[in-house]
Amino acid sequence: MSATAVIPLTGPAAWPVPLSETRTVARLHSVTKRYGDVTALDNFSLELRAGEVVALLGPNGAGKTTAVRLLLGLIAPNSGSVRVLGRDPRDADARTRIGAMLQVSRVPEMLRVREHIDLFRSYYPSPLPAAEVIRVAKLDGITEQMFGKLSGGQKQRTLFALALCGNPDLIFLDEPTVGMDIESRRAMWDEVRALSAAGKTVLLTTHYLEEADMLANRIVVINKGKLLCEGTPAEIKHRVSGRRIRCITQLDPEFLQALPSVSDVQQDREAVVILAEQPEKVVREMLLRDETLHGLEVSAAALEDAFLALTQEQPVAGSQ
Amino acid sequence: MSTNAIAVPVSRGLSLGYYAQIFGKETKYEFVRMLRTRAFSLAVIGFPVMFYLLFGTSNRHNMFARYLIPSYSCMGVVSACLFGIGVSIAFDRAQGWLEVKQASPMPRLAYLFAKIIGCAAFALLIVAALVALGLTLGGVTLTAGEGLKLAGVILAGSVPFTAMGLLVALLVPPNAGPGVINLIYLPMCFASGFWMPIDYLPHWLRIMAPALPTYHLAQIALHIFGFAQAGSMLLHWEALAGFTLLMTGAAWFIFTRSEAKA
Repeated sequence: MSATAVIPLTGPAAWPVPLSETRTVARLHSVTKRYGDVTALDNFSLELRAGEVVALLGPNGAGKTTAVRLLLGLIAPNSGSVRVLGRDPRDADARTRIGAMLQVSRVPEMLRVREHIDLFRSYYPSPLPAAEVIRVAKLDGITEQMFGKLSGGQKQRTLFALALCGNPDLIFLDEPTVGMDIESRRAMWDEVRALSAAGKTVLLTTHYLEEADMLANRIVVINKGKLLCEGTPAEIKHRVSGRRIRCITQLDPEFLQALPSVSDVQQDREAVVILAEQPEKVVREMLLRDETLHGLEVSAAALEDAFLALTQEQPVAGSQ
Repeated sequence: MSTNAIAVPVSRGLSLGYYAQIFGKETKYEFVRMLRTRAFSLAVIGFPVMFYLLFGTSNRHNMFARYLIPSYSCMGVVSACLFGIGVSIAFDRAQGWLEVKQASPMPRLAYLFAKIIGCAAFALLIVAALVALGLTLGGVTLTAGEGLKLAGVILAGSVPFTAMGLLVALLVPPNAGPGVINLIYLPMCFASGFWMPIDYLPHWLRIMAPALPTYHLAQIALHIFGFAQAGSMLLHWEALAGFTLLMTGAAWFIFTRSEAKA
């Protein structure tokens, strides 16, 4: 990284935090984790720097949750090292400055939201005031409800509130918006942005590509326990440097695949979606060969396409 | 190797007050949760109370009304510990809630402590209810000393069965928990003389009873009321202590093995 960039560390709330190398607050260093015969993470490395929001993006079973559990010290790696805030995460002291929202199938239902927050606040030496936790997680009006009576979105927000109780510097959000409707998801995004604005370091896992694109300074794409690529959302999109052609055509997909610079051909209902480096050449060729071609659209590759292309074909060395 | 990884100073040696309030709140909320979980509180308190109303009051003024106070108290503490510890920890583990707690700075001991105290408190509630029923509806006379001794024995009895509950939590999948516990617990109640004096049981059961921890607890509790079989109480205490060590050891072994695998 640029050695010339001098970053004045004016304090933890310094904002905006530059993306160049700053302080590393957590790292997985060539970690391998196996469950029986299944390799959940394979020689995987990840660094979180102070103040950034990192999205760990991948399909189900990619190893995202395993990475989070390693960073929380809930499990130990078979090989490699894990450091969080300069220490082993299995050291209970490290946890006083960490917050975690994990995927839980059930939470004790017969406690009120207020009581859950009161209990979790007691675990931390300098917790956030309860009123502040309730305000940030938007729990006003439901604090006296039993956890079991809450809606799915409200439950997720309560779990989020528990992650905030200790006023942590480093926050792990494992699939925070899973099972939420669009409105609650957007509300959660606002909350993550607010954390980021307050200078917190956030690691969130998601399989919603849009979510990673909207929130993260940096996206780490992972599949089958292996790092596929990492970069800013723009860089990830650039990985599939081409553009996306969508049209209805009678041309054979195999023929399309063979056209110059085409990297991917997908059938989308009646239309075909082509990813190509040089869309002009491809379109010209297609129009020449198929007079019936219609409904033509050419657009920049979405993160979704980049992601599909990345996870479907394992990285091929030296592909154009 | 890394030059930019920073060590963040965290105030070591957090004060005693900090730990005291964690243990206090954890215990308070665990007890509240147990009380509000009616499937648990109604069953655990309800069964001994209902049994006493049926069988205690119908034996009003004979020895059974007196016998059933300590024996149902034993049943209460065993069920509170097995269901309260065994089922609730198994569910917390399976549903990810334990991980959320472990990811926080909560001391692990606080979690266990709260469960144990919660169950012990339930056991004391049961003793109080049975004594009250005995004095009023059962026509039983007993001294304050006998009542206090019974409470003490029941509290002590929560230790071995807490250990057993822990082992069950580690071994049994949570959905099977209540069923498996009933399979262990109901025959033990019967064969240890919780429901009727052991002398009324078939001979082969009487021979086998000393193999059951519940038998030893029952003998100690019954001794206070003068119903114990002949024999030294010390032996019963030793049996319970041995059982506690066995259960704790097995639970510890399984727990550390699963930690190492994790």
